[in-house]
This record gives sequence, structure tokens and C-alpha cells, in this order.
Amino acid sequence: MLIAASFYSLDLQWAAFLSPDAFSKMAKFIGELMHPDLSTGFAIKLLPAALETLAMSALGTLLAAMLGLALALPASKMHTADSAPWRGFTRLVLNALRSIPELVWAALLLISAGLGPFAGTLALALHTAGVLGRLFAEALENAAQGTAHNAAFALRVRGVSESKVLCYATLPTVLPQLISYALYRWENNIRAAAVLGVVGAGGLGQMLSFHMGLFQMPQTSSVLLVMIGLVVGVDALSDWARRRMTQ
Amino acid sequence: MTATPHTDPAYRQRMLYCGVALIVLWPLLVVAEFKPWVLFEPSNLKPTWQFLKGFFTPKFDLEFLSMVAQEAWRTIAIATAGMTLAFLLAVPLSLLAVRALSVSALTGRMNRLPAVLRLLARWVMLGLRSVPELIWALVFVRVVGLGATAGVIAIALTYGGMLGKVYAEILDSGDAHATHALLRNGASRLQAFFYGLLPQNAAELTSYTVYRWECAIRSSAVLGFVGAGGLGQQMDASMKMFEGGEVATMLLVFMLLVWLADAVSAWLRRALG
Repeated sequence: MLIAASFYSLDLQWAAFLSPDAFSKMAKFIGELMHPDLSTGFAIKLLPAALETLAMSALGTLLAAMLGLALALPASKMHTADSAPWRGFTRLVLNALRSIPELVWAALLLISAGLGPFAGTLALALHTAGVLGRLFAEALENAAQGTAHNAAFALRVRGVSESKVLCYATLPTVLPQLISYALYRWENNIRAAAVLGVVGAGGLGQMLSFHMGLFQMPQTSSVLLVMIGLVVGVDALSDWARRRMTQ
Repeated sequence: MTATPHTDPAYRQRMLYCGVALIVLWPLLVVAEFKPWVLFEPSNLKPTWQFLKGFFTPKFDLEFLSMVAQEAWRTIAIATAGMTLAFLLAVPLSLLAVRALSVSALTGRMNRLPAVLRLLARWVMLGLRSVPELIWALVFVRVVGLGATAGVIAIALTYGGMLGKVYAEILDSGDAHATHALLRNGASRLQAFFYGLLPQNAAELTSYTVYRWECAIRSSAVLGFVGAGGLGQQMDASMKMFEGGEVATMLLVFMLLVWLADAVSAWLRRALG
């Protein structure tokens, strides 16, 4: 029913999409995409953009991990006597951060941070902080019920302060899990970072929308190739790192 | 005599790690133009403040609200239509890719031709999903013009690839005993699928599809930013006009939409599960 209503209410231009004109346009488009610009001059321009995307994603994830951890601590109930007065509020903040997509954050931040990779980095950091914060809080709470409980409990009954219990008992136990979450989000963020440039937040996306706007298909196609290469590379790297850590 | 009883045994290692981290971090900060003070420059602070002031007075007049409601519906409709097409695309591709339905693999190795065909189907799905939907949308906005069509096609292609891959994985991961028994006794591949594989995995398949529908709603709101219709397009327009109030209302509606989709999909999955 929902499906029927959706198709009915949208003014889909199937005629335009399936017309011979559109087909010939598509064919031309794809034909041009098949011939990427592989000249060294363009490759030199691509390299900084790719680095920018990589830096945006890595830095955004790092910032997000820090902010996420900072928010996860008040958002989790560390032990049974912990009343966690800020739990509800911080969870609300985390939800709000998470429910706004990176791209919307980037468009919002362009106003205060200006065009460029900085806005993109912040956008990634804010959205990812919401995601990681929630995952971290859950990891912390689960650990409080599991084995860490004993170590943390042992320190706590000896009157060790909460901050030291966190540093020496709780964090070491959950750290591998937290890092693996962060690495997983990094994989996601490299995809997002590549795309963010479309709204003007730097990196490969900005080059993509620029060349596509000018209908320079060979260049567009090489940007796409670099993007896919970057994504595959980061996937492999983080996969390797995670496997090493869990061994 | 213990001179320094409180030294950290891992002190040197820690310092080393910190040093390495700083050396790696520095170029990253430079490349990403990480300059937090930019945020507090008066030339940036003023528009930000103006924009944020608008946030505290979300726009709630009737005309605007009805427009937002219409756009929100369009966002849902784009996601749903896109998902339907993605489903139609994913089913044949995943049926092609599933190994459990191979007749030749019942006795030893799979034949050359079907093996190549399966690999090909997998590659097509990989290609479809490795391009983000936003890029597909950018491409199709050029071909079919601004509007919902580009969004629907973009979601259909990316999600078609994703659904197809996951369907194939789900179908292959289960116990293939019943299916093989059917195939051995002369059932056709489709019969084996409908009576062996599908009933076994139906719950999991539906639950994944519903989850993806929820993701599609999120991404269809974003697709508007490149001109593919829906809430995103209006948000983009209001942002460019620095209309903080309008943006605030739309963000609220968007969060409500995501939350609603989340609730509906959770409910559906529980009901099916």
C-alpha cells in the first residue's frame, strides 16, 4: 500500500528516463567515463585531494572517538551504586548528534567554518561522536556487568578514586572493543568524507562535483577511481588492524 | 633500597607511542586545515550567531508547515520507491549468485559457465554498491534533470547492490540440506528456492529489507542536497538563504522522521521475528 502510494504521488519522469534521448545521453556519459584522465598533470592535482579526504576521515574519527568517550562516561552506569544523574540527558545529546547525517552537519558548519576540509572534519566528528558515544556507553555498561566488574570492584572497595578505577580497570578492559568500533567507523567515514566535498567541504568530493559540473567526464572518472581505491585501501588497512588486535 | 617506587613500568613505551602519534597527527592536522580559531573570528561569528538566533524561533506557520509535510512525504516516497526497485534488482541478481542453488555443484565442482556467471553477478553487485548513492544521484541529475527520479534511481542502484549481496550471503549461510534434497530429486531451481531456501530464511531476509528501508529514508533526505527532491532540497535552499528558523523546523521534522522510521522498523522486525 505504501509502495503504491509512493509511486503514485511522485512525479517520476519515467518517460524522460526511458526515452531514446536519455539513453543516448547515458551511453555517451558512460562512454566518456570509460576513458579516465591518467595524465601525470592531473594525477598531481588528485594526490592532495585524496590526502585531504584521508586526513578528514582520520582526524574526524579521532576527534569523534575523544568526544564520544567524553560523552559516553556520563551516559553510562558504571556500577550498581552509580546513580548516573546525567545518563538521560547525555543519551539525548548523543541521539541528536547521531540522527543528523554528516552531510547536513557539513552544510550547517559551512556557515561558521567556511568552505574547506575543516568544516568536513568537524561534520564527520560530530555525527560519528553520536554513533561512537552510544556504542562506547553500551560497551562500558556491559563491561561493568562482566569481568571488569571484579577488577573495578576490587579497586573501588579499597577506596581508589573513580578516575583511577576508570584508568586502571575499566578502560583497559574495554579498550580493544572501543578501538575496533572506532576503526569500523573510520571505514564508514572515508566513504562519507569522499562524498562530503559535494557540498563544498573539501577533498575528492569537491573535485568530483567541480569536474562533473563542467561535464569533464575523463577527470570525473579518474576522481571516482581514486575514491574507490581509497575506500578499498582503508577497508583493507582497518581489517588488518582489527584482526591483529583481536588475536 | 627502592629509590623510585612509583615509576610506571610502561613509561618509555607510552612516551614512544605518544611521540609516534604526534608525528602522524601533525601532517593530518595541516592537510585538513584544522584551525579551530577560525570558528571564533568575528567575520564568521556574526553570520553563525544570526543563523543560530533563528534556531530558537523555529518557523511554524501553516503554509510553511504544509510545505514541509509535503516534502517529508516525498522523502519517504523516494525511499520507498527506490527500495522497491532495489528489491526488484536484487532478487534476480542474488538468485544468480547463490551457490546453494547450483545443480552442478551437487556432485563435486561447479561447472565453468555457472561459476563465471555467479562471479559476474557478484561483481555487478559490488560495482553498484561501491559507488555511494549521492554520486549516483549526481550522475542521474545530469541525465534526467532535477527531481525525485534521480533520487529514486540512485537509491535503487546502490541499495540494489547491497541487498543483493546480503540476500545471497543469507541464503548461502544457512543449512542447504533441504534445498539440495529437492534439487537431487529433480525439482527445478526455482522450486527448490521457493520450497527449500525461502521459507528457511524468510524472517531474516525481511528483517534486513526493513532495516535497509530505514537507512534509505535517511539517505533520501540527504540526496536532496544534490537536487534529487525531498526534504534535503528545501533544507539546502533555506541554508543558502541563512533562514535559521526554517532550517530548525526542517531538522526537527527530519529527526522525527528518522525516529518514526526507526520505531516502525523495530516494530515490524519484532512482529516478524
